[in-house]
Amino acid sequence: MSNRAKLFIPAAFFLVMLGLLLFGLGKGRDPNHVPSALTNRPLPEFTRQALFDPNGTVSSEQLRGGIFLVNFWGTWCAPCHYEHPYLVEISEREPDITFVGVNVSADYPGEPERARDFLDERGNPFKISLIDDDGSLGIDFGVTGAPETFVIDSSGTIRYRHVGVIDNDVWAETFEPLLAQIR
Amino acid sequence: MIPELGNFAVMLALCLAALQATIPLVGTYTGNQLWMSLCRPLSSGVWVFIALAFACLAYAFLQDDFSVAYVARNSNSMLPAYYKFAAVWGAHEGSLLLWVLILASWAYAVSLLSRNLPLDILARVLSVMGLISVGFMAFLLFTSNPFERQLLNMPPEGADLNPLLQDFGLIVHPPMLYMGYVGFSVAFSFAIAALLTGRLDAAWARWTRPWTNAAWAFLTVGIALGSWWAYYELGWGGWWFWDPVENVSFMPWLVGTALIHSLAVTEKRGVFKSWTVLLAIAAFSLSLLGAFIVRSGVITSVHAFAVDPERGMVLLALLLIIIGGSLFLYALRAPVVKGSASYEGTSREVFLLINNILLVVSTAAILGGTLAPLIYEAIYGEANRISVGPPYFNIVFLPLMALLSVFLGLSTFSRWKRTSVAHLKEQGTKAAIAAVILGIGLPLLFTMEVDWGAMLALSLALWIVFCIARDLWDKSSNRASRVAALKSLSLSYWGMQLAHFGFAVIICGVVLTSHYSVEEDVRLAPGESIEIGSYEFRFDGVVERAGPNYDAASATIFVTKNGAEYMTMHPEKRTYRARGDMQTEADIDVGFFRDLFTALGDERGEGAWVVRVHLKPFVFWIWFGAMLMAAGGITAILDRRYRTKRVADAIAAPLGTTAPDTTTGGGAPVNA
Amino acid sequence: MHAARKQKLMIVFAILLGSAATVALLLFAFNQGLNVFYTPTEVAEGKVAARQNFRIGGMVKEGSLVKQGLEGSRIAFVATDMNEDIPVEYTGVLPDLFREGQGVVADGYLDESGVFQAQQILAKHDENYMSAEVKAALDAAAAKKAEQQ
Repeated sequence: MSNRAKLFIPAAFFLVMLGLLLFGLGKGRDPNHVPSALTNRPLPEFTRQALFDPNGTVSSEQLRGGIFLVNFWGTWCAPCHYEHPYLVEISEREPDITFVGVNVSADYPGEPERARDFLDERGNPFKISLIDDDGSLGIDFGVTGAPETFVIDSSGTIRYRHVGVIDNDVWAETFEPLLAQIR
Repeated sequence: MIPELGNFAVMLALCLAALQATIPLVGTYTGNQLWMSLCRPLSSGVWVFIALAFACLAYAFLQDDFSVAYVARNSNSMLPAYYKFAAVWGAHEGSLLLWVLILASWAYAVSLLSRNLPLDILARVLSVMGLISVGFMAFLLFTSNPFERQLLNMPPEGADLNPLLQDFGLIVHPPMLYMGYVGFSVAFSFAIAALLTGRLDAAWARWTRPWTNAAWAFLTVGIALGSWWAYYELGWGGWWFWDPVENVSFMPWLVGTALIHSLAVTEKRGVFKSWTVLLAIAAFSLSLLGAFIVRSGVITSVHAFAVDPERGMVLLALLLIIIGGSLFLYALRAPVVKGSASYEGTSREVFLLINNILLVVSTAAILGGTLAPLIYEAIYGEANRISVGPPYFNIVFLPLMALLSVFLGLSTFSRWKRTSVAHLKEQGTKAAIAAVILGIGLPLLFTMEVDWGAMLALSLALWIVFCIARDLWDKSSNRASRVAALKSLSLSYWGMQLAHFGFAVIICGVVLTSHYSVEEDVRLAPGESIEIGSYEFRFDGVVERAGPNYDAASATIFVTKNGAEYMTMHPEKRTYRARGDMQTEADIDVGFFRDLFTALGDERGEGAWVVRVHLKPFVFWIWFGAMLMAAGGITAILDRRYRTKRVADAIAAPLGTTAPDTTTGGGAPVNA
Repeated sequence: MHAARKQKLMIVFAILLGSAATVALLLFAFNQGLNVFYTPTEVAEGKVAARQNFRIGGMVKEGSLVKQGLEGSRIAFVATDMNEDIPVEYTGVLPDLFREGQGVVADGYLDESGVFQAQQILAKHDENYMSAEVKAALDAAAAKKAEQQ
């Protein structure tokens, strides 16, 4: 090989590596899609106290025959504050989706009151609201932090678990395609 | 208002950078002095506007302006002010702005500190830097803009900075790292300028060296800070995991080290020219590659920013242009004719060649190991995933570094062009004997055990130190007073010795801590204790404690040394309220000769917890050694030769001939 | 032989030797550092020999974590891919994000009684993370189950 030709070796090597990296990108991983053990399985059965009616309960039976978005949140959770106005807006835009709010107390004293006040003041995207005061519902769903949102289809199957906030970008990029499939 | 100002400032900077990338370059081809001289004011302008933009973003953070989407995603009103400032670079968009700011700063520095550079060279260098700036600023403005607003639905509160990042480490580690990565763009630009002009000579090497040393020193500090941060923050007592992102920062460093040494040869002897240019391109390319890998999701790691593959594509395209373009330019324009200076078997040139080979092979091995999972997946499909663990990297890297150490010691006595083997033997034998005796004897004395690995490595570190000592002895023996003789040695010589000494210190730290650490993970009930060495750690139970934005389970560990009361340690397990994240906060008693490391594991019932207790000898030397190396690099820059105005530089010798050795007079090589 | 030619030959020889040694080192190192990954289903099918080092990944089965009553800092749990279960034992500190119902990757070997002796439990510092290997394992097992029905 002539001396000049040898000098092309680094460039050639780089192009091969570029190809490899392109392949790596092309696999299209979605960093916010965290597979859950429950994906494609029926939603856990539960009965919990309702947030607004202290004597009432909410049960998993109510989450049938439509599309439900179960959102785990708390007033102590700053990202939930960030997400809240978006949830309000989106719930108004998408009347066929029922937003279910699971308020997580997390040993936060007076949380149910705070949660009610919060929703009264800042708008309530949740048609159904319940409390998970001992965190056991969170454990059943495999929740590790807040906010987290689960998409339930009309047969009561969990289709998707979203970890982190929902804002307009996330809704457009992640939820809309999924919902289009489910509907 | 302010965010809009910031956005506009970036746009202006982009326009100016576009001018900086083109006008001076055109001027070099048409010989237009005015156009070439515009490179200086243009780079100043770019810097002013990018600095302004950065200030605007920082202001938005400090004022809790949650109408800026980036601020809302990464900050919180309860965050302390210094973290709000550091949060500017806590995620992708803002860190890109930091990158662009640092790039503009280096360009500005080059425009300020290059009085003795011929104008046409300066024009080319700044043009290339301008071109790189244009690429990154465009990427920022069009795909990753930190100034995007969310006015219609402004959230009342921010999503908070990831608790793992709420730490002093975030304030210092990324900026230092970026100073290093981006700093290599200067050497890169000098290399491109050399390829464009065809002037690749000793003068070129002399201009490039201080900038390369500075970038290398910053990168050294940046990597050391990252390692130290992981050590005290992650709670395991580890300080290097061969994680893909760590590897990707280490590779530019290794190539940068090779570059520093190769530049020395090119400057002194006019050889290795093409190779040096290639290294300069490679160092910056690896920096860019690192930036890409961390942000694209191609390789999963704890460090990775969450970025969508689409942006990754754009970044990859940018890489293709910058790296691909420079490598093609290299292939077409690098000198094929070798430098005519000759050198013999055991000359300094050969030692530095060996240095380069070992460093480049290490880099290639690390690159291979890091990309291997991706390669496997490409060939065998998703079903057959593999991962490559630390054993691979250690088995490859450590022997190569051991070899490097042997040659490092010997090279101290080497001379340019020709060194007799007898001379090497005469200088080195005593040092070698002393190193081996102490290397085997000291561990034996202190531990009463034979550990060949530790003894070998310690011997190598001592070998380096004794060679340095021997050389200092020799160099100071010619004058009436040793002190005066030592003072007369150049700063570049002192820089070299300091850096090599730092390397030996790191070897000691790494080896001694790896071989002689005692690490215990034990289940302790309150009142129970564990003994390590002369220390006894008594677990006194865990209490609940509330911090500013977290709740903690705080342990009390009462430590005695040789039976006498020594100190109390309080490792914690914290739960951050905002995101529900859990974190282990280790308590570390840092000492020059040893660290005491305690961390809480998990609860095991009845008040008993699993507690992690480590005695880590000499671990501080790892970061101390790195600081010494960086100090050595900076010291070398301060050498007089880089500050003296040289009229001769303006008339540099054309390609293919050897430049006259203008830096030292003939025979005895005293300087590095 | 001409001195210069001899020197050249020596250099070529040195390069060949060095390259061979380096390649050998790389291959050996790669073998040592390679982590092969098996799913609980594959382990149950006997695809792994006893005492062979490998990584197992899956979910921590709900209700399977035993933290007390075992000697010292030993714990036990069951790794599952919803198709097969493998018992795991581990001595040491569990990572922060280790939880029932969450993904886990363990490094170790299968002992004679079919219990996976973990030498390392791999942790990540982001609650959003589930190892791609674990995901692949779960998908494969789900596919297998679907096949069987």
